[in-house]
Amino acid sequence: MQTEQFHALARFGLGRRGNEALPGDPRAWLAAQLAGADPGPDGASKAETALAAIARQQLEKTPEAIAAARALYRGETIRLLDHAVASQTPFRERLVWFWANHFTISARMPGCAPLVGAYVAEAIRPHVTGRFADMLRAVMRHPAMLIYLDNAQSIGPASQAGQVSRRGLNENLARECLELHTISPAGGYTQADVTALARLLTGWSVRVQQEPRGFLFRPRAHEPGGATVMGQRFADGEAGGLTALDFLATHPATYRHLATKLARHFVADSPPPEAVRRIESVLRDTDGDLGAASRAIIELPQAWEPAGKLRSPLDFVLASLRALSLGPDRRPDLISVMAGLGQIPFNAPLPNGWPDTASGWTGPEALLRRVDAAYALAGRAPDADPLAIAESTLGPLLGAATLDRLRGAPSRREALALLLASPEFQRR
Amino acid sequence: MTLAITRRATLAGLFAPLLTAPGMSAAFAAAATSRRFVVILLRGGLDGLHAVPPHADPGLAAARSRLAVPPPGAEGGALPLDGHFGLHPALAGLHGLYGERLLTVFHAVGGFSPERSHFIAQDCLECGAGERLSSGWLNRLAAALPQKPGGAQTALAVGVSLPLLLRGPASVGSFLPQGAQRPPADLYAQVLALHRTDPVTGPALAAGMAERDYAAGVIGADDSKDTATRFSFANLALSAGKLLAAPDGPRLAALELGGWDTHAAQANRLTQPLKSLDAGILALRTGLGAAWNQTVVLIATEFGRTVRENGTNGTDHGTGMAAFLAGGAVQGGSVLADWPGLGEKDLHEARDLRPTTSLRAITRTVLAEHYGLNAATLADILPGSERDKLLKALVRA
Repeated sequence: MQTEQFHALARFGLGRRGNEALPGDPRAWLAAQLAGADPGPDGASKAETALAAIARQQLEKTPEAIAAARALYRGETIRLLDHAVASQTPFRERLVWFWANHFTISARMPGCAPLVGAYVAEAIRPHVTGRFADMLRAVMRHPAMLIYLDNAQSIGPASQAGQVSRRGLNENLARECLELHTISPAGGYTQADVTALARLLTGWSVRVQQEPRGFLFRPRAHEPGGATVMGQRFADGEAGGLTALDFLATHPATYRHLATKLARHFVADSPPPEAVRRIESVLRDTDGDLGAASRAIIELPQAWEPAGKLRSPLDFVLASLRALSLGPDRRPDLISVMAGLGQIPFNAPLPNGWPDTASGWTGPEALLRRVDAAYALAGRAPDADPLAIAESTLGPLLGAATLDRLRGAPSRREALALLLASPEFQRR
Repeated sequence: MTLAITRRATLAGLFAPLLTAPGMSAAFAAAATSRRFVVILLRGGLDGLHAVPPHADPGLAAARSRLAVPPPGAEGGALPLDGHFGLHPALAGLHGLYGERLLTVFHAVGGFSPERSHFIAQDCLECGAGERLSSGWLNRLAAALPQKPGGAQTALAVGVSLPLLLRGPASVGSFLPQGAQRPPADLYAQVLALHRTDPVTGPALAAGMAERDYAAGVIGADDSKDTATRFSFANLALSAGKLLAAPDGPRLAALELGGWDTHAAQANRLTQPLKSLDAGILALRTGLGAAWNQTVVLIATEFGRTVRENGTNGTDHGTGMAAFLAGGAVQGGSVLADWPGLGEKDLHEARDLRPTTSLRAITRTVLAEHYGLNAATLADILPGSERDKLLKALVRA
């Protein structure tokens, strides 16, 4: 029996790719994925490129410029999906998508849509096995986040720019940084802390229209005098904001918050307290080393209990493409497929990102649409052998009832669709 | 239609037992209520001072020199309500309802939670309490209403996902226009059979199938429009209205509309969502037909926004907000607000519109009047809510 191998592929990864070799020791296989650098997909566009497209869109406002910016979003999103489908380090890839969702940006804010590829490549992927404080800095200084949560235009009321213009503070990024990215409401911050952090982050902006395009600290827009966040005094200047972010990144409440989210993602919708405590203590002891925290998740006994997590639509689609070995030439438009399932990548409705529990995905119509999507995807693999695919993708996890019905299905396509829609395949 | 009939015949035996709430049987079921109640959730925090500007308050122009909607009569000005308040010009349809006395506007309303977090405030709004509960208040209302003898589920979610507002013990249906090509009916039967004993997916899949059959019967195929139109808020509202109007259709429905979190460039960004909301209410009325006269629509958001415009021509998360009741059963034609004022000293925590009534009290009054619920049932649905004596006769008898 190779139950643990198949469990590892689904629980920690993105499902088995076709008939790829099974890992020998599943824990060692997972841990090995955390070592070394992760280059990510080839050809991802840089922030400068995306900002040039945004600049053109803002300046020209022509249909061509708007279409070019939109094409960049689509292209980068598809590139990331393709990369995940082909990934041979699927645990590492899951972590990339986890952290990108933790630090959600959304194409619903058109100004940041072309930046999705650059954002993942520059702010998320390099730090997935590094220190959380470094990821937080990279995210908060990335043009995509500064545009998405409006900080690029935030101006200190007492700054030089604030005194001559009528513009001023925007607290959106500061609030979500405290609430969603770091200490969370359990950390006990107040409105005064939100405003103080917003003041420290004034001047953290983006140069869009001139080169070099990218993050720009604008001293003229920065609020002088520093501010106190969570009882801690921080100086003004760019360094003051960085120190405040480091303070928040390494705050005990942040470690608790991150540990809870990681355990919810990899263990259970209601994460067992022991699992949360274990990850939390590793984060505390290692100064927020996300690689160490990820290794700790592999060693959690609760993470090896039979799959109870419902796959998100994203997981479901990626696992289906891997199971069916559907190459890019045979796929339907993935963004349309994801739209039908209610999870267009990098398009979450709000900054808290996509739900990570079954209750967020089990609306009656939402589940039926998985059946519809399973049928649509199955139609792309007309020559596939359903029983062989069931065996290769689920192995010993395939239940007798499902196997019976696969055998009795009236067509290959329906058998494949049934497999993808089965309770076993919907779990990870 | 042939497809729907076949499917119903194939599936009837599979999911019928799941559709009846535990402890209820058709024999004891009372007649379903004829009263309809729709909740429209505006996620993101609608700026009540922009949607319903208090143009007679001098504090408005003082706090919002760039953002304030001009007073009635000025170019692009508000539509007049009662001399003190106006409606944003994109809400012309709602303004018409106000003239027919079918719209009540509430202002300076407090949410279910004092938090300025979208997520806490939305969760509390949907749970109907000051803290997160395991079910939503509209689901608890569905459970409290007389069990329907057949047809659709009592409560309907419009959209792919099931909002927290509708999660809970009562089985809920959902509706979304047909998207892609659908598989043969028997495939659904097979999938349902495999999931039947799965507590997470089984009941929802069964409910989904029943609702799709039901919707196909009431609305029919809807391939005439392009995708964008089919999924527009107005079209969803139209379909919801048709379903609610059917004699054995749902009686409660929830719709959602986003686009309200306007931290920057608010004047531009709010126009489209306001137009969508306005078109949606009118479409809902069209869909409901005669049943509109028995309908109350509650339009609510999670919090209001800062009184002063922020540094980027927008507003940040605040407290006091606006809310609306629309519908043929609404005793409307007035703005109900104990106006706290917009002067510096009047503001909540020196930044927000101070709440003088609560969404909880408004909701409680509506449910009490619309459905004649007793205090104990109301306390189950909206824990901790109290009667607000100033709120009465919101709904026509």
